[in-house]
Amino acid sequence: MTDLLARPARLYVNGVALWAPRLPGWQRAREILAGREAAPVEPAPRPAPELLPPTERRRAPDTVSVALEAALAACRSANLDPASLPCVFTSMHGDLSITDYMCATMASTPALVSPTKFHNSVHNAAAGYWTIAAGCTRPYTALSAGEHSFGAGLLETCVQALAGGENILLVAYDIDARGPLAPVARSKHLLAAAVIVSPQRGPTSIAQFDLQLNAGAGLVPSYARPRNAELIAGNSTESCLPFMESLALGGSHEIHCLATPTLGLAIKLQGL
Amino acid sequence: MLPLSITDFTATCAAGSGRADLLRALDSGSSGLRPNDFGREPLATFIGRVAGVEEAPLPAEFSAYECRNNRLAWLGLQRDGFLASVDAARQRYGAARVALVLGTSTSSIGATEEAYSRLTPAGEFPEDLRYQAVHTPHSTGEFLQRVLGLNNVAVTVATACSSSAKAFAQGSRLLDLGIADAVVVGGVDSLCGSVLFGFNSLALVSPEPCRPFDAARSGISIGEAAAFALLERDGAGSGPRFIGYGESSDAHHMSTPHPSGRGARLAMSEALARGGLESSAVDYINLHGTASLKNDEIEAQAVAEMFPTDTHASSTKGWTGHTLGAAGALEAVITLLSLESGLMPGNLNSRQLDAACGPQVRLDNGRGSVRVAMSNSFGFGGSNCALLFAAASAS
Repeated sequence: MTDLLARPARLYVNGVALWAPRLPGWQRAREILAGREAAPVEPAPRPAPELLPPTERRRAPDTVSVALEAALAACRSANLDPASLPCVFTSMHGDLSITDYMCATMASTPALVSPTKFHNSVHNAAAGYWTIAAGCTRPYTALSAGEHSFGAGLLETCVQALAGGENILLVAYDIDARGPLAPVARSKHLLAAAVIVSPQRGPTSIAQFDLQLNAGAGLVPSYARPRNAELIAGNSTESCLPFMESLALGGSHEIHCLATPTLGLAIKLQGL
Repeated sequence: MLPLSITDFTATCAAGSGRADLLRALDSGSSGLRPNDFGREPLATFIGRVAGVEEAPLPAEFSAYECRNNRLAWLGLQRDGFLASVDAARQRYGAARVALVLGTSTSSIGATEEAYSRLTPAGEFPEDLRYQAVHTPHSTGEFLQRVLGLNNVAVTVATACSSSAKAFAQGSRLLDLGIADAVVVGGVDSLCGSVLFGFNSLALVSPEPCRPFDAARSGISIGEAAAFALLERDGAGSGPRFIGYGESSDAHHMSTPHPSGRGARLAMSEALARGGLESSAVDYINLHGTASLKNDEIEAQAVAEMFPTDTHASSTKGWTGHTLGAAGALEAVITLLSLESGLMPGNLNSRQLDAACGPQVRLDNGRGSVRVAMSNSFGFGGSNCALLFAAASAS
């Protein structure tokens, strides 16, 4: 195993958000993940992101809805203007519901494909809607790295934060698979996790962490508490949970999170 | 950013397979576009289709990744000795020190489309297409990571038509921070129903070979490509250098550019600022120039206002088609060929330039000393990226 950084990089978590049907928003998710409150038995309905115009809230694809909900909540928790932040969106699959629509339409009536569904089918749709709704002209990116998409996104967020010396918004999300694709793509529920990372400590910092990168075979990721893992099990972004759980618990944690099968983030986190 | 060496680069597209072939096509003005013959009910349009993809299966050990996009990636890697260059970098630095940043918009979605067209009577995917490896956007990234044997960052950037330009920016940051010693950056996109019928549904597909910046242009021609570059720290090679990038968001509309070209201007200005150069230093600009009505008008206006009259600017999509997620990397390679050869392409197929064009946009090929060149890529979702390159001897 090789350490890729000459010395660990110090970063701060200045904002946080989480949304899943049984973890509806960070205030409750923090209590649930820390074991202080029981998860709701009834799943919460899909969020309606208030940054979107009212007419678009219901029509928005699921990925856009859940990603924008988490993105806005993270900005609020950090007291930061959404228009001011470069952002990294990451998702293993993008919008599986639109993928199902596009592929079913290609197999049946390709000439009748909906132009709106087509432009919503791009992997950067959630990021595009976010920057449009927020009036943000800062750069965004949209990444995928298979089941390691959260780790790859967190790494790119840290890289951008270190390179630019500023706050970067990370939004990681996946939704449930639909139609004939479901047994193959195998993702369940809605889930979005967001954090704002910076090399500078700020008034809203909730944690600091030292990041090292390990490359090589035999890397083993951390696991979340089984009771917590069950709440989002099967979602393609579920690998966010150990990191998010450590933020909910506070205190000291050592978390290992994969960015590829042979590249790991080794994170020594301390709640503030 | 610290300037970087580009120690090798290659491209495979409809206009040419490998650098020499592509440069010859650019020089002689021979377009790779042909009447659409892709799929069961081909739309009446022209496409930039790479020949021979169907006859080039992947090696047996990678059969789980079989699909058009990964075949095209595999074909592209074989050209110009690029695969050997990556192998050499891996041996020099170690697998842990070589990263991969791949841009794509289609990735392997063509395989998922095929699975839907061949569902079993029970409504399931046919057995030969049940591998998750080809039904997810990171398919080609994962395939390339395995083929190249890399243990550093290996990630897919999917920001529509800016994807593989942004791969260069992302790769440069990994070198800047010392996370990697070499980065394979590239773009691979392949023809599929979704993009042909999808762009058609937005009334953006031309019935004739695309005519970028022509007053009578009628839309885009869709193409496919695989293009790669190997980035290393400055001084690692004697080739051209990557000296700046600019990234921005339009914050305007999902499929229409900002009317004043705000995001495009931001990206170009930021690339110049990062490279520490004035716009007068730029000899050639490879424009995004899709031949859609809006893009070309807005991009031409921005270039007319930002650059001196002797800058030579053109879109090369008349040769290659719009290769979407691969366009950033393909046109970066064309820009690098321009720096090496002094050939500055014109706008193939175009006959009379739009009134929005300043003197920068040229119909015909030109020749000269090209020391600094820019390449623009703008995508759906308002994602913009401009790359700045310099000849080996410049800056």
